[in-house]
Amino acid sequence: MSNFNRSRRHFLQTSGALALGSTLPISLVELAFADAQQNFTFAYISDAHIQQIKGSRFVRNWDRGLIRAVAETNLLNPKPDFVMFGGDLAQLGSMPELDHGAEIMSALKYKTRYVMGEHDYYLDLGAYWEKLFGPQYYSFDHKGVHFVVLNSIRTYDDWTHKRWPTAEQRMLEMAGLDNPNGSPFMVGDEQRQWLKKDLAKIPRTTPIVVFSHSPLQKIYKGWNFWTEDAEPVQALLKPFNKVSVIYGHVHQIQYNQIGNISFHSVMATAWPWPYPQAYAQAEQYLPKLTVPMNRADPFFERDATGWQFINVASGHVDLNYLLPENTDRRVGFDKAAKKPVDAAYQSEDARIPPQSHF
Amino acid sequence: MRLLSVLTLSITALLGQTAADAETNSPATNLLLGLPPVPIPADNPQTPAKISLGDKLFHDARFSIDGTVSCATCHSEKHAFTDGKQFSTGHHGLTGTRNAPTVINAAYYKSQFWDGREPDLEAQSKQPFVNPVEGGLASHEPILQIVRSDPDYKKAFADVFGVTDAKLTMDHVAKAIASFERSLVSGDSPFDRYYFLGDKRALNAAQVRGFELFIGQGRCVSCHTIENDHALFTDSKFHNIGIGINAVQDDVPRLAGAFLEAKAKGGEVDRIVLTDKKSSELGRFAVTDKITEIGGFKTPTLRNIDLTAPYMHDGSLKTLKEVVSHYNNGGVTPAGAKVNAYLSGGIRPLNLTEAQLDDLVEFLQALTSPQQAQAAAQ
Repeated sequence: MSNFNRSRRHFLQTSGALALGSTLPISLVELAFADAQQNFTFAYISDAHIQQIKGSRFVRNWDRGLIRAVAETNLLNPKPDFVMFGGDLAQLGSMPELDHGAEIMSALKYKTRYVMGEHDYYLDLGAYWEKLFGPQYYSFDHKGVHFVVLNSIRTYDDWTHKRWPTAEQRMLEMAGLDNPNGSPFMVGDEQRQWLKKDLAKIPRTTPIVVFSHSPLQKIYKGWNFWTEDAEPVQALLKPFNKVSVIYGHVHQIQYNQIGNISFHSVMATAWPWPYPQAYAQAEQYLPKLTVPMNRADPFFERDATGWQFINVASGHVDLNYLLPENTDRRVGFDKAAKKPVDAAYQSEDARIPPQSHF
Repeated sequence: MRLLSVLTLSITALLGQTAADAETNSPATNLLLGLPPVPIPADNPQTPAKISLGDKLFHDARFSIDGTVSCATCHSEKHAFTDGKQFSTGHHGLTGTRNAPTVINAAYYKSQFWDGREPDLEAQSKQPFVNPVEGGLASHEPILQIVRSDPDYKKAFADVFGVTDAKLTMDHVAKAIASFERSLVSGDSPFDRYYFLGDKRALNAAQVRGFELFIGQGRCVSCHTIENDHALFTDSKFHNIGIGINAVQDDVPRLAGAFLEAKAKGGEVDRIVLTDKKSSELGRFAVTDKITEIGGFKTPTLRNIDLTAPYMHDGSLKTLKEVVSHYNNGGVTPAGAKVNAYLSGGIRPLNLTEAQLDDLVEFLQALTSPQQAQAAAQ
């Protein structure tokens, strides 16, 4: 216990110095400092996993997570320039799920763009999603930053087209964790060629921000925290001075630096990974968990879920995570360290012990 | 549900121990049964003289603009230190926006007021005097004039704090009132005797079923906490449970923006939230500015809840049956109304039957301290 207290005090001391600025999403003060030409904010919502039970019945918990994120995003002040949705709007890619998700998203008061997730894709290979949201990969420019959106959750053609008797089974196989029948995600030749061309006209000094659903780095293959052709994609991004990759899929906060590329994950609005086996007393619709972990408070369905608003300052991204029933987190680019740094969780000797409540 | 498993594991040992204690300690006289020690600030120790002075201040109606409102106006012994009204009545019959919470066991809260805008009873006690719809005073000056000149007060403050005249400040007044409030603690309910003393006859069959629901399917205990050796029935945290906010949910973006602007321009939180019903419903957000806390209010203790109708921060529910039904509906009244987007993640439909809801109400009625029941009956 005394050990805990000592560490806690240490944490408070060190975090005070690093927690620059406020994590308050609504800040009238910030307006005065903002240079509208260079610095701006966008919001990022991801992994809603809207899931149909039957007919007009959808899983309430997932609905509430997305509804809450949308409502909170609408309260941001200063207003975000746009909103990104990071993929997995649906659970099994069906029209009712995508429609229901799109309806909840329609309450957003901002221009909204979408990234494809595997749960949106593997039923009809993105056909209905395209009708609702547009092309599966694209780029756009905003206030001097070049944004690229990739569909990073494709896989080998053989697996996609020749392996499964039905589209439904293909969807279910890809939705599974630690599934020997699964297949690794990839961006693929077609998009890498497109990306090469797209980037060819961009000056090396232009900040690049890439949105993908899976991490464009290799973390854990069994859960597809993975992109098979991560290295060739990273190679295409290597010539640029400032590159940030923001991905969903992992339902937890991750950050990393590989060469010139900063990697950030975003939170899910649906459920956290990992989560405890006994997640709820009530009937539940979580995918089967293979490795139980103790993390979220099972009483508060929103615990360890969340969404984020992202400051783009001088071409680098700072992620501010809004985590209901939890302490907000902030991961920003540290110019001295040349990598993303968490405002609270720092180097090993400054860490606080893992959660031990109850 | 770690909490529950810990509870279950330790019940047997606990009951054995407390039952043994009971034989030597004469439980019938322990009015604090089921309560932890009262937290006393180091700079405001309890003394009988100070408590007595606080009692007098608490009941003095001169501390309001029209001489009609004292603390006890809204926190009356006759109503278990509430007023039995939906909204409290201040000077000249003005009403606020929130239901007067009981002072009994308020000493245990980690923050005060429904939105926790003050950290302790000392800070809390200063606000109502100068709130525009409560005491209505322009400043604390009139109170200081009285306590510095009234002979009884002069003597009492000199005795208790050793201060007179200009040295006697509002901090001393607040400390005395807080001290009195810390003496208003009350346990020893039938539930306490059942749970902490192992007296199986203390609860009837419906109440025992209600208790099982309280810690099980009803999920009540997750916020209205029960520990191994005491039960405060509050986590002192803030939750959006779909009360008040539901009626203004479509207006939240405008209200939140307008509130922050008013606050940035120097508006005081207590004035804004007690004079504007809609802003009041922003709850904890008004204190922290955090949009993840829109519509959140402090978990109140459930002790003596049967004596403190009407319920919730806005007094909008008249009976305990209405309260448990609201939770059973997943945070809406009536059933099927639109759920607010900012609802706490702990609130969801419970699928309890009418009979189960009745059992829960029966259990809530077993949380009354005998001396409070007696005071209310007089």
